[in-house]
Amino acid sequence: MKLEVSGLNSFYGQAHILFDVGFEVGEGEVVALLGRNGAGKSTSFRSVVGLVPNRSGKVVFEGEDVSRLPPYEIARRGLGYVPEDRRIFTELTVEENFEVGRQEARPGVATWMPERIYALFPNLGEMRKRPGGHMSGGEQQMLTIGRTLMGNPSMVLLDEPSEGLAPKIVEQMADAIMTMKKEGLSIVISEQNLHFAKLISDRAYIIEKGRIRFSGTIGELEANPEIRDAYLAV
Amino acid sequence: MDFLLIQALSGLASAASLFLVASGLSIIFGVTRIVNFAHGAFYMLGAYAAFTLTDRFAGPLGFWGGLLVASLAVAAVGALMEVVLLRRIYQAPELFQLLATFGVTLMVQDLVVLIWGPDDLMGPRAPGFTGAFSLFGRLVPTYDILLILLGPVVLGLLWLLFHRTRWGVLVRAATQDREMVSSLGVNQKWLFTSVFALGVFLAALGGALQIPRTTVTHYMDLSIIVEVFVVVVIGGLGSVTGAFVAAVLVSELNAFGILVLPKISMITVFLVMAVVLVVRPWGLFGKPDAAPRASAGISVRPWKPMSALERGGVALVVLLAALLPFVSGSYALSVGSEILVFVLFAASLHFMMTVGGLASFGHAAYFGLGAYGAAFAVTYFGVPMEAALVLGPVLGLVGAVLFGWFCVRLSGVYFAMLTLAFAQITWSIAFQWVEVTGGDNGILGIWPSAWASTPQGFYWLALGVVVVGVAVLRMLVFSPFGFGLRAARDSGLRAEAIGIDAKRTQWAAFVVAGTFAGIAGALFAFLKGSVFPETLAIPMSVDGLVMVLLGGIETVSGAVVGAVVYKALAIWLMSQTELSKLVLGGIIVLLVVAFPKGIVGFIEDWRHRRPPAPNGAGPEAMGIAKVEAAQ
Amino acid sequence: MTSLLEVKGLVKSYSGVHAVRGVSFSLEAGEILALIGPNGAGKSTCFNMLNGQIRPNAGSIKLDGQEIVGLPPRTVWRRGVGRTFQITATFSSMTVRENVQVTLLSYHRRLWSGLGYAGAAYREEADALLSLVGMEQQADRPCGELAYGDLKRLELAVALANQPRLLLMDEPTAGMAPKERVELMRLTAEIARKKDIGVLFTEHDMDVVFEHADAVMVLNRGELIARGSPQEVRRDPHVQAIYLGEGLLYDAKHREEAVQ
Repeated sequence: MKLEVSGLNSFYGQAHILFDVGFEVGEGEVVALLGRNGAGKSTSFRSVVGLVPNRSGKVVFEGEDVSRLPPYEIARRGLGYVPEDRRIFTELTVEENFEVGRQEARPGVATWMPERIYALFPNLGEMRKRPGGHMSGGEQQMLTIGRTLMGNPSMVLLDEPSEGLAPKIVEQMADAIMTMKKEGLSIVISEQNLHFAKLISDRAYIIEKGRIRFSGTIGELEANPEIRDAYLAV
Repeated sequence: MDFLLIQALSGLASAASLFLVASGLSIIFGVTRIVNFAHGAFYMLGAYAAFTLTDRFAGPLGFWGGLLVASLAVAAVGALMEVVLLRRIYQAPELFQLLATFGVTLMVQDLVVLIWGPDDLMGPRAPGFTGAFSLFGRLVPTYDILLILLGPVVLGLLWLLFHRTRWGVLVRAATQDREMVSSLGVNQKWLFTSVFALGVFLAALGGALQIPRTTVTHYMDLSIIVEVFVVVVIGGLGSVTGAFVAAVLVSELNAFGILVLPKISMITVFLVMAVVLVVRPWGLFGKPDAAPRASAGISVRPWKPMSALERGGVALVVLLAALLPFVSGSYALSVGSEILVFVLFAASLHFMMTVGGLASFGHAAYFGLGAYGAAFAVTYFGVPMEAALVLGPVLGLVGAVLFGWFCVRLSGVYFAMLTLAFAQITWSIAFQWVEVTGGDNGILGIWPSAWASTPQGFYWLALGVVVVGVAVLRMLVFSPFGFGLRAARDSGLRAEAIGIDAKRTQWAAFVVAGTFAGIAGALFAFLKGSVFPETLAIPMSVDGLVMVLLGGIETVSGAVVGAVVYKALAIWLMSQTELSKLVLGGIIVLLVVAFPKGIVGFIEDWRHRRPPAPNGAGPEAMGIAKVEAAQ
Repeated sequence: MTSLLEVKGLVKSYSGVHAVRGVSFSLEAGEILALIGPNGAGKSTCFNMLNGQIRPNAGSIKLDGQEIVGLPPRTVWRRGVGRTFQITATFSSMTVRENVQVTLLSYHRRLWSGLGYAGAAYREEADALLSLVGMEQQADRPCGELAYGDLKRLELAVALANQPRLLLMDEPTAGMAPKERVELMRLTAEIARKKDIGVLFTEHDMDVVFEHADAVMVLNRGELIARGSPQEVRRDPHVQAIYLGEGLLYDAKHREEAVQ
């Protein structure tokens, strides 16, 4: 297993957000974490990469328990995180955004240079000196993914990559994710948009009110419309 | 003409140190979002350390090396403070951060006197720059020219550092989104520490560079920090370029202001700051904060009016307080009166801070204006106490109307810094305008009417005024006006979208708070029989803040409890130790770090403990929704 | 006859970047109009100009024939424009009922009074509004601990408190369960028809848009590229090329309609 999460409980202040959340991702797999707004998708991702201080449970990445490590240590082990609202550095240029994400090459993992990311997202190559704040939503989404790729991760958590984008751009995003998969990356995406998740994922989990309610292949999910209707906002 | 040129050069030379300190403050704020009140203390430490080193090691190497080593040593102290203190309060509300760093300032003031003694120190001249050259027949010190050149050089170096190095790019990224930077594999803890150390280094260097020009004193910290606040408010917090331009502007205004209004030169700076704030509320080079944090409160629970039982309890306490003169002596009663005065002062600050979300760092201004107003009424118009108690607070009201109009245009730390600057301006007027205010000697002979001249009589007067005042403030909290005010505090956006003029509502709250502080001040003048500039000074404002904080910032009645406990403690402390600032500063830091909800907040938390909600409809569901929605 | 809302040539640019360039449209009373488009297309800017939060560089916004450009949000609100926010903006230190009460106090211009207990004012009116949106059970709960969907419903109650003629809703159903979405939009439509309120809303969920809107406008790079019935917009090849794509991302039901 590439990533094994088990017994994850997270709190914001006194509020208990995640209840024994667990999921697994295999080498080179694309897994979708599906759920509505507020179901606990973002909190799950943030807990895995160490951004929720008050959490318990186990996060095993490439055989190593990383659940006690600070976020930067987890990132340095090759687990990349792309946040929901992009959070690009608006004052920094495209190149400078990449510089922030840059990490040393990792043995056995695809190494990303800016040129390779420009090849993946040609739009970005035309605006290397442009401040992130002066880019469209779709371009910003490409930038935030590219920025995480600069850290040469072997696995990426993508939090709602389709959110707020034109359906047309979302289709491009799906292509890019498939390319990343071909490069050998393991990927988890969180999504509300089932249509999008179906395009790219091998397997899916459904989370609702902080608990995992379903786990199975996309085909199994398709075969159970009542599950879909109960937990997803489709 | 040539005279003006010389004056301009002198202003530019002063700008250098101001720029160094202000840019350090700005850089630290940019990344950590903390306005480091202790920056003045580091400036002062830089000067003292440089004095000691240059005194010990003579010669050019001794001098310049001394300045550098002194600044580096102070930077190390700053880094230590970041690791030990600031790391614990990065998530705390802005007000707490300002208070904690102010606590450090207080401690440093006593420590400096302990180490270097209370006397002013005279540093050596800079080797190689002791002379002066003649310009249009006037002498310009060569050291001034060095300083004038230094400013742009430092500005350029900082620009290169931030735009041409990886560290600089990381810092600029962290300025916008610290968490994201750490998720990209950067150890932001040490990034913060290094940024803080750089900022402190700049402040200490600013102080060290001053020793050939001015004497080193143990009160140079507060004078520079107020000027620095003015600079960053004008230039825009977080902008190094803004700090440079504003430092030059303020220094030139000071240099020329002295020619126009020698007595109250601060006024010219104030006028410029006012104009800038009206045109660009976030300063010349600043950017509006996308999402300003709530300035007060951690989680405000809906307030309820008191129950019958609670009302009975309050009535009993008031009754007991009224019976005090029958059981205690004169000293205890005068202490009691003083505590009462501060109860009203703290309650007025609490009203604007907690209910209005306007954390003022200069509330003493209106307390002091009330006191001076009463003193003027007695001294210049010969009115009796009863009339003076009405006329005095009018001055507080007028001050609040004038200053409040500017202040409510800003929020958060900007608001805090601006209120502080206004209070400091009021203080400097009281201090410098000797003909009217008596300056440092104050105004004496403000005695109460005969019926209130005994300790008992005055105590009852104070009790009556304070009980009515606190009751009125409390009534306002629950009135429609109070609701509107809380609405403006919770969400200015929504408030405007339901027809509330948020700024005018906050302005009105500012004026109400200023007026009640003025009433407290007028009482204080008659209690002491005199008025001094100290009633307007920063420590007085901070006393009020600590009272509110100690009592509990989120509660309706915390200020009353906080004022009683704090004032009693402070009076006792003053009689016990010489190092009251050190102890007080320590208490403030401790409060912020360990006890942020205060006494009443602690009790209320304990009273409201409740079992978790049974199912998903409870706080758990709301928690995710809120947190995820906020992202 | 004048339309309820008549927008002409609205332009807004930030430091040289054109966010909105020449948007014109009209909205009738009782009509439900959706504004869709990618993030950054200028939807929020448009919304914020309509309620006075942002001042346009050029253009006119007429409510019942009266110009409202240049008026602050609070005055626009007094003219009868209610709005909900994308990221819910409620008064988190107050209870649900108090949120509505303070709005009613503002509507009746009583907020400058320093007398009396505001928690007792307009209780019945507030409760009536809350039951209209199905929140009467939660009237005494602190607003800070509501679920996201309930906050959205509270926002609707608050937006209705001033008897608006025009309702602006920024992503009204985001974060709600499918059933709740349908209910909220049906409720909104019902109230709009009954009280003759015009509704303009933005939405990312194409299924909600195609289900509930009378008409749809598409905004792209600050320009309106289409306006029409949901069917027309769906079939517009230009809209498909720029925004909707191949239709892989919305419900099959709507996709089939588009293909037909």
